[in-house]
Amino acid sequence: MTPPPALPPALAGFFTRRHWALHPHQVEMLDRKDAPSLLLIAPTGGGKTLAGFLPTLVELAEGDRPGLHTLYVSPLKALTNDIRRNLAIPIEEAGLAIRVEDRTGDTGQAQRKRQRADPPHILLTTPESLALMVSYPDAARTFAGLQRVVVDEIHALAESKRGDQLMLCLSRLQALAPGLRRVGLSATVDDPAVIAHYLARHPDPCPVLRADPGPPPDIAMLSTTEAPPWAGAGGRYAIPDVLEQVRRHRTTLIFHNTRAQAEIFFHHLWLANEDDLPIGIHHGALSREARLRVEQAMVDGRLRAIVATGSLDLGIDWGDVDLVIQIGAPKKVKNLVQRIGRANHRYNAPSKARLVPANRFEVVECLAALDATREGTLDGDLRLDGPRDVLCQHIACVACAGDFHEDDLFAEVRTVGPYSMLSRAAFDRCLDFVATGGYALRAYDRYQRLKERAPGIWGLRDPRAARQIRMNLGTIIDTDTLKVRFRGRGGMPLGQIEEGFAATLTPGDTFLMGGQVVRFESMREMTVEVSPNPSREPRIATFMGYKWSTSVQLAERIQQILHRGDFDRFPDHTREWLELQARFSRMPEPGRLLVETFPRDGRHHLCLYGFAGRNAHQTLALLVTRRMEEAGLDPLGFVATDYAVLIWGLRPVEDVAPLLAHDGIHAALDGWLNGNAVMKRTFRNAAIVAGLIDRNFPGKRSSGRQATFSSDILYDTLRRHDPDHLMLSITEEEAMRGHIDFGRVELLLDTVGDRIDQVALPRVSPLAAPLFLEMGRVPIKGAAEGRLIQEEAGRLMAEAGLTLD
Amino acid sequence: MGNGHAFTFAGERMVARPSGALHWPAAGLLVVSDLHLGKSERMARRGGSLLPPYEIVETLARLDADIAATDPAAVISLGDSFDDMDAAAALPQDVRDRLAATMAGRDWTWVTGNHDPAPTGLGGHAADGVTCGAVTFRHVATDDGRHEVSGHYHPKASLSVRGRAVSRPCFLRDDRRLILPAYGTYTGGLRTRDRALSQLMGAGARAILAGLPMVEIPMPR
Repeated sequence: MTPPPALPPALAGFFTRRHWALHPHQVEMLDRKDAPSLLLIAPTGGGKTLAGFLPTLVELAEGDRPGLHTLYVSPLKALTNDIRRNLAIPIEEAGLAIRVEDRTGDTGQAQRKRQRADPPHILLTTPESLALMVSYPDAARTFAGLQRVVVDEIHALAESKRGDQLMLCLSRLQALAPGLRRVGLSATVDDPAVIAHYLARHPDPCPVLRADPGPPPDIAMLSTTEAPPWAGAGGRYAIPDVLEQVRRHRTTLIFHNTRAQAEIFFHHLWLANEDDLPIGIHHGALSREARLRVEQAMVDGRLRAIVATGSLDLGIDWGDVDLVIQIGAPKKVKNLVQRIGRANHRYNAPSKARLVPANRFEVVECLAALDATREGTLDGDLRLDGPRDVLCQHIACVACAGDFHEDDLFAEVRTVGPYSMLSRAAFDRCLDFVATGGYALRAYDRYQRLKERAPGIWGLRDPRAARQIRMNLGTIIDTDTLKVRFRGRGGMPLGQIEEGFAATLTPGDTFLMGGQVVRFESMREMTVEVSPNPSREPRIATFMGYKWSTSVQLAERIQQILHRGDFDRFPDHTREWLELQARFSRMPEPGRLLVETFPRDGRHHLCLYGFAGRNAHQTLALLVTRRMEEAGLDPLGFVATDYAVLIWGLRPVEDVAPLLAHDGIHAALDGWLNGNAVMKRTFRNAAIVAGLIDRNFPGKRSSGRQATFSSDILYDTLRRHDPDHLMLSITEEEAMRGHIDFGRVELLLDTVGDRIDQVALPRVSPLAAPLFLEMGRVPIKGAAEGRLIQEEAGRLMAEAGLTLD
Repeated sequence: MGNGHAFTFAGERMVARPSGALHWPAAGLLVVSDLHLGKSERMARRGGSLLPPYEIVETLARLDADIAATDPAAVISLGDSFDDMDAAAALPQDVRDRLAATMAGRDWTWVTGNHDPAPTGLGGHAADGVTCGAVTFRHVATDDGRHEVSGHYHPKASLSVRGRAVSRPCFLRDDRRLILPAYGTYTGGLRTRDRALSQLMGAGARAILAGLPMVEIPMPR
């Protein structure tokens, strides 16, 4: 179909022998191989990796060039292994003299050294390993001849600090190899302009090349025999229907939004699996061994279904998946698209997906997500907010490689899309932080990390510090986790749980791990010992399973659907519910804020339908309850979901408008924010990335935990003695857009203005009713915790037969 | 209860204070352990992280508050008062002045620790241990210790409250020993479940959690 491009004879022969024809987008990648930046959007199975490497193979086949030609960066080690195997086929069969090697955390010391001195033609690596290579004094020589960099799964990288770090490293490489061309590969049909801006050297343009997306996917809601419950997230009600689908398909992927949900669902799926269908589970908290076992079984075609979370989102090559089931609403449209991409790896065959809403509200969200996917509207915002903690780490990394001029480095950093708006003052503060700690008290002038050797020229004061900086490179912060093993069985690890969760366990407690119920026996060193337990009702592991918030665009769609009132598209149970709401109260409307008040159980309730996501709602609730407190309205507690927040108290709120006034919310939040646990967690992560807290020390084994002290104390100390410190301002910035999601609260209040529809009702409305069943009620903080601690201590003492003196 | 948790040790009434200090009212004695003054400076000196350099001020402010509240005739700093000898030597003048004011008019003993083995030259007297009545004070607990008060381990205990873990520095006590929590601001902790601590403490040992509210629980092991 596509006329074969002018391939070098060796490669052309290979394609002919294999009867391979190039896809149009692969040809176009070859045609435009000299573009400084190029972003390819191709569906899974569309030969996107070959498209990325083809120009490299052609250039290397054409002439014998020594040195590093192409750098391939992927977010997953597993991907670099895959790619190396896949590249070996054309290279060997076409008889090309091309050396391909990978460089990850698993690469041995000798090999690493050799790679820096004598790099292969193609080097496959991860952002962290690349940062490490950039930090060596010989980086200039290693990367001098570099021609191309291929960033795989760039959509996934662009969502995290790993991507920011990578882009900073690319700006360094671009300085070392000015002719460097960048290629980004994205499987997801994302908002391409956002990713393109992220990838390109600013202000270079970055054309976007789209592969034929293939036939439209076959997606629908799964019809279930039982109606979804009013609240909840697990989707257990749909298990018989899901099993039926598994029976009818070859291989089914069942996706969940959190690890804990995946565990619980898998557990109950097993209990209901009377045909003993081979079904596995896969998520990031399982041990590497457990994951590899499932992956291998999957590749061998031995599994009929696999219950999974985000760990399967990225493009590892799986077997013959012909159905994807998504349990719970896909909180962002692109997650849905990506998950659907997993079904049917064959290019040009429609993929099939079924959605299972976990509760009534999610029925509406699923419908909105389906609409968005069909219409191809996806959500995404340009990233212009390069995080400064990552920049601090980058400055230290660059210093490890040798002295630098501050003006040069600043200019270099500004070529990175997310940092293109960075001010010189902001950069200087980061530089000062790396050099001296950035304290108001100039305590460390003698011990500073960086020294200004000549005006504007900076370098490490003590070259030996490089080792420690290198050991702490990277932006992935593990929460402290403990390994879980069966007691006395030669220690096969089952997976990991958070230290905080482990600390709440007492011997005899049961929880889910890898789909089975286990009983906590003891804690030994840093390992949790468990025994198998056949009981059916476990305590649930509170994994860090990340809870997504519904995206702005999706929330907007949901409101539109509700407001339009064409409920005929809904299943009966949901249609009746919504019609009742329309009669009894009113429907939320885009651009307005519906607020219902009603009495129940002797308390006054206030329900705000903000559709701003759980995090923003939680912040909104804290804000409103604080103002209620000041107004003497005696709030008692609240619960927040993605759609609404329900607040209860002792007095009725006659007029909600003053509680939502935009003025002074910054000040109102300030006091609350500072002591908040969310802020402390945010501080810890930023402090680790920026290099204030080291995770790893050269030659130091972690004997006990006596050496480390809590970052909370650093946070409190800084706040008291140096409130303007850079780390505190980074923390605030991060919190505002992350857990606090303050941006979204402001957006909501700005959009709504005075367009508030307050409805006083005699009793709870149909739309508000599910909120009474939600988990995660937050009491308004008082002396409650202290009282609970005293109660618990009393219980423990009585149990142990001890009395106070 | 607001100002501490009273208990009987070696037949004497002692008070564990929320800050981690031990008050023995009848003897007019206040004991603190593991101040680790100068820890941030020491880390910076060794090329480590540049931690916020405010911990000395922070620790001394708490010590001043405890002294003001208890007005002790004697104070024992139970070892590891300084993160190392250089840190003691490098104390800035304003800190020395402040410390001198805190010490003035009190019988002050710097017990030597593994981090600060030599006398400090900051006033007061240095000793490997102190005996007061039936009670012996030293930095590290000994195997055959009896009525012995020590520090060194930085014990901390955690307690599960409605599914949430609350972890705090703690005092540990049994019939023979009393181990104090670390008093310094930048000091980590060692879980009571650690073998070093669970082997040291007897069967009926208890943990008194520092901080507010102060509670006593069976030592978690």
